[in-house]
Amino acid sequence: MKNTPFTQQHIALGAKMAEFAGYNMPISYTGINDEHATVRNNAGVFDVSHMGEFILKGPKALDLIQRVTSNDAAKLTAGKAQYSCLPNEEGGIVDDLIVYCLEENASYMLVVNASNIEKDWNWISSHNTEGVEMHNISDKTALLAIQGPKAVEYMQELTDVDLVNLKYYTFAKGTFAGVDNVIISATGYTGSGGIEIYFEDKDGNAQKVWEEVFRIGGPKGLKPIGLGARDTLRLEKGFCLYGNDIDDATSPLEAGLGWITKFTKDFTAKDILEKQKAEGVQRKLVGIEMEDKGIPRHGYKLQDAEGREIGYVTSGTQAPSLGKAIAMAYVEKAFAGEGSEVWVSVRDKALKAVVVKMPFLK
Amino acid sequence: MNFPENLKYTKEHEWVLLEGDTATVGITEFAQRELGDIVYVEIETVGQALNAGDVFGSVEAVKTVSDLYLPVGGKITEVNSGLSGAPESVNQDPYGSGWMIKMQVSNPADVETLLDAKAYEALVG
Repeated sequence: MKNTPFTQQHIALGAKMAEFAGYNMPISYTGINDEHATVRNNAGVFDVSHMGEFILKGPKALDLIQRVTSNDAAKLTAGKAQYSCLPNEEGGIVDDLIVYCLEENASYMLVVNASNIEKDWNWISSHNTEGVEMHNISDKTALLAIQGPKAVEYMQELTDVDLVNLKYYTFAKGTFAGVDNVIISATGYTGSGGIEIYFEDKDGNAQKVWEEVFRIGGPKGLKPIGLGARDTLRLEKGFCLYGNDIDDATSPLEAGLGWITKFTKDFTAKDILEKQKAEGVQRKLVGIEMEDKGIPRHGYKLQDAEGREIGYVTSGTQAPSLGKAIAMAYVEKAFAGEGSEVWVSVRDKALKAVVVKMPFLK
Repeated sequence: MNFPENLKYTKEHEWVLLEGDTATVGITEFAQRELGDIVYVEIETVGQALNAGDVFGSVEAVKTVSDLYLPVGGKITEVNSGLSGAPESVNQDPYGSGWMIKMQVSNPADVETLLDAKAYEALVG
């Protein structure tokens, strides 16, 4: 099991630890509900250093990115980032990722899921027919997400970069907590605002940044947040989790990711996806809210009123900010409309739920 | 963690307090920590006579669900009605207000065969 630069801090803080994607990660510190509320109302810090980062460089880097990703990276100028996915040959998804444009037409950073680092690296490498320079900097890159409505205000004290005016999905490189060359990005996986900071883990940088973030934020109620709350936070906002809501066998169109699938350029499985778009998908990823008492969870089956199987739950939880149980699920398209009644098979019972518009938390 | 000496424990992380032939059953401090924030406790077996090891209900936490196993055979006589309004009491006070059921034990001697506090602590330590 690998450690992140912050593993010892998590253990010292008494976090409940568990293996995630091969890393020893904090699941929770004080409890999911408390951590969730901290991020929604104030600010919290996530260690997400397990995520993967690749640098692609050279005159053909953009061309390679265009061919392997579904979104249009040609629209990116330096300082802009873009959510995208890597389609496979069958129109499924190898991974979802964020593409950062470090230097237009010359240098890009791809941020991928920890569990897919090797798979993505091999996939992109296999398409690298024109000698694009590729570097896997995952192991030496520290990544903290500082999220919540107060995150920007607190962190402004630690940098000269103008965080307040840093627009969603843009980033700047600067000094943060005395560490140089930090990428400060207005992105995140919580839907509550904030920043993500990427920097090289060397010369005690990680410890310095961690200590500074808590020196400034700690007295104001900023707390460390585990992966448990990360999941409830993203689910309330309807953000997909790779391995649950999207995978090798789900298409971006089925998953509601048509907005990152641009047919104005050529990319892997474009033809398949274009045909799928024209004909319409057979199933869709939807949000459901429980009406009966029960919590839908990953893998539970969905049924219609007659008990016929019509889909399955991909992610589910009790939603701390909403006080009700919610889930994302694939259902046959006939049941995908808002207000459609479905039944979740929770062990031996069929519990009523209704299809709702995402995000669950507006 | 706290494992009171006057209770008996199971490998499935329930505790038992025997008084005469009536037992009070709940889940341990270790169990509530592992589950995290508990959302509700579902027990629909009141009035039923079940065997040791039978599932008598389930606990839903934010991230996970877990079955509840009857520590010894007997008849379930009461469910803690306080849990429906305050499921978090299982997290906050697992040996007190977070108790789950009372049961009439078929054979009180069965309780003696369960783990004592020291043995249970060794199991989860």
